[in-house]
Amino acid sequence: MTVLVIAEHDNASLNDATRAVITAAKGIGGDIHVLVGGEDCGPVIEIVKGLDGVTKVLHAESPALKNRLAEAMETLVLSIADGYDAILAAASTTGKNFMPRIAAKLDVMQISDITAVESADTFVRPIYAGNAMMTVKSNDAKKVITVRPTTFEKAGDGGSASVETIDAPAPAAASEFVSEELSKSDRPDLGSAKIVISGGRGMGNGENFAIIEKVADRLGAAVGASRAAVDAGFVPNDYQVGQTGKVVAPELYIAVGISGAIQHLAGMKDSKVIVAINKDEEAPIFSVADYGLVADLFTAVPEFEAELEKAGV
Amino acid sequence: MKILVPVKRVVDYNVKVRVKPDQTGVDLANVKMSMNPFCEIAVEEAIRLKEKGAAEEIVVVSIGPAQAQETIRTALAMGADRGIHITTDDAVESLGVAKLLAKVVEEESPELVILGKQAIDGDVNATGQMLAALLGWPQATFASEVEKTDDGYNVTREIDGGLQTIKVSSPAIITTDLRLNEPRYASLPNIMKAKRKPIDAKTPADFGVDIAPRLEALKVAEPAKREAGVKVESVAELVDKLKNEAGVI
Ligand SMILES: Cc1cc2nc3c(=O)[nH]c(=O)nc-3n(C[C@H](O)[C@H](O)[C@H](O)COP(=O)(O)OP(=O)(O)OC[C@H]3O[C@@H](n4cnc5c(N)ncnc54)[C@H](O)[C@@H]3O)c2cc1C
Ligand SMILES: Cc1cc2nc3c(=O)[nH]c(=O)nc-3n(C[C@H](O)[C@H](O)[C@H](O)COP(=O)(O)OP(=O)(O)OC[C@H]3O[C@@H](n4cnc5c(N)ncnc54)[C@H](O)[C@@H]3O)c2cc1C
Repeated sequence: MTVLVIAEHDNASLNDATRAVITAAKGIGGDIHVLVGGEDCGPVIEIVKGLDGVTKVLHAESPALKNRLAEAMETLVLSIADGYDAILAAASTTGKNFMPRIAAKLDVMQISDITAVESADTFVRPIYAGNAMMTVKSNDAKKVITVRPTTFEKAGDGGSASVETIDAPAPAAASEFVSEELSKSDRPDLGSAKIVISGGRGMGNGENFAIIEKVADRLGAAVGASRAAVDAGFVPNDYQVGQTGKVVAPELYIAVGISGAIQHLAGMKDSKVIVAINKDEEAPIFSVADYGLVADLFTAVPEFEAELEKAGV
Repeated sequence: MKILVPVKRVVDYNVKVRVKPDQTGVDLANVKMSMNPFCEIAVEEAIRLKEKGAAEEIVVVSIGPAQAQETIRTALAMGADRGIHITTDDAVESLGVAKLLAKVVEEESPELVILGKQAIDGDVNATGQMLAALLGWPQATFASEVEKTDDGYNVTREIDGGLQTIKVSSPAIITTDLRLNEPRYASLPNIMKAKRKPIDAKTPADFGVDIAPRLEALKVAEPAKREAGVKVESVAELVDKLKNEAGVI
């Protein structure tokens, strides 16, 4: 049995989600190979070959792989798919984009967003916004799987894999990268932060997020948001936590001015400790909160920041 | 130009589904069903392209039980021109749906297929990408802005780090994200008019593709329940609990 993990990276560094995928691959069993496709992605190879549990790294270089568009990833992965029993990638927007193409061409049904590996062919995945957990067995000869990174430990370092260079075939169809507008922030990444503080419609406007950001900076936290806050233009789209945004599972999640719709809960209810600050004591968010504070956020959040300072945090 | 829009009938997004006690699935008896919200966004985008003169005809297709016809009617009332209903009572997986849609594309020759990025029941997020691969077409998934160009589309996509813009040639697959548009409500006259728009009835057998499921649901269980928490009286108490009880700050 050999498992192929497809690395997620930006040509310079490895996205931590890949470490979680490697842990999922270990659950399936067998040798683990990692495919790194990119342009000038040498620094990523250096990281990947030292990952614990990885025996071989496959390195493909091509200008077409620079942004890992789906059409180029499809033919690259298919060129080596024969040698593998399972192919895994993170259920990130990159993985979700190209993995189904590979599944379709291999004539297998993808198993999306798994949260547990029961055996080499049986997995657990959330359905209906996480209101039900389905245990599914795949009867396909090859498994194509995307992995929810927050539910698996991140594999550490300590391996010494061999590196093999492979060719990148021409992409399956014509698509072209034009530009990217990435949110810049010195705060930790939302998907892997230990503490997340999110604001909802109750924030009123984008400027008001400043009070949340002050708390985030004191706690070393990432800032997130509900769909309503993103739709209203308070914050960019990549802040959205939920069923159709990002799934987070930090040690501490603080929901401010968020009512707690099922779609939002789907993205944060696996957090270890949940705090809710909301002026409506009936808000559904309180049903999942370990600590609820019924208060006006415009007084409570600045006071929270001041109390944290007093407590030496 | 013709646009094909696949639409799925799913549990309404306001419903909190319950797992059946015998763990064989979720209880869908007497539960409100609606068009998948991402499919509504897809229908709306197709109508806007038509209104701008970039398309002549919008065909909607749904694969599902008899009631999926209502979902097609909803799309027709919004402004689509005609429907195709592939009737089946089986749960068809994304791969099977993509194979059926590939056959429909062969027959209808649309230059654009707009799908939802995910159906909110299965949360699979795969059908559009699978269809693109089967057809050998380029794809622009998770779209928040679509601009028609001479030979294709410039599409802005919602990605984990922010926004990405790509260019795809025509014919292409686009899947919708939440902020692409706000779908319109159908007006009463348009609902009446939609009743006269044609819907072609088909079965999976008409297309001769194998849609047998590949995945077997062994068990559908409740997610882990969270213990009920406490309400704190003050911000000071909150900070104290976080520091000394939970130990997370
Ligand atoms: C297809 C689909 C996908 C979706 N995906 C997502 C998703 O991924 N993520 C997501 O979050 N949502 C998602 N939603 C939207 C979801 O259904 C809710 O509409 C949304 O989460 C509501 O956001 P909110 O809690 O910020 O706003 P509201 O529900 O309006 O709640 C605002 C809250 O703020 C409180 N408040 C107001 N002022 C104050 C104040 N001064 N002090 C304290 N509290 C105050 C109010 O009491 C209220 O509880 C999706 C919906 C659909 C249909
Ligand atoms: C209780 C339960 C049990 C299940 N059991 C099984 C099982 O045993 N085996 C199994 O394989 N799956 C099972 N499923 C999964 C379920 O059938 C999925 O919905 C299915 O796999 C298809 O995913 P999708 O294509 O809707 O997803 P997506 O890829 O998320 O859909 C994206 C888009 O594709 C289009 N589309 C999708 N479906 C259709 C359609 N029917 N008609 C028209 N357009 C469509 C729409 O535009 C939609 O927005 C189960 C789900 C539940 C809730």
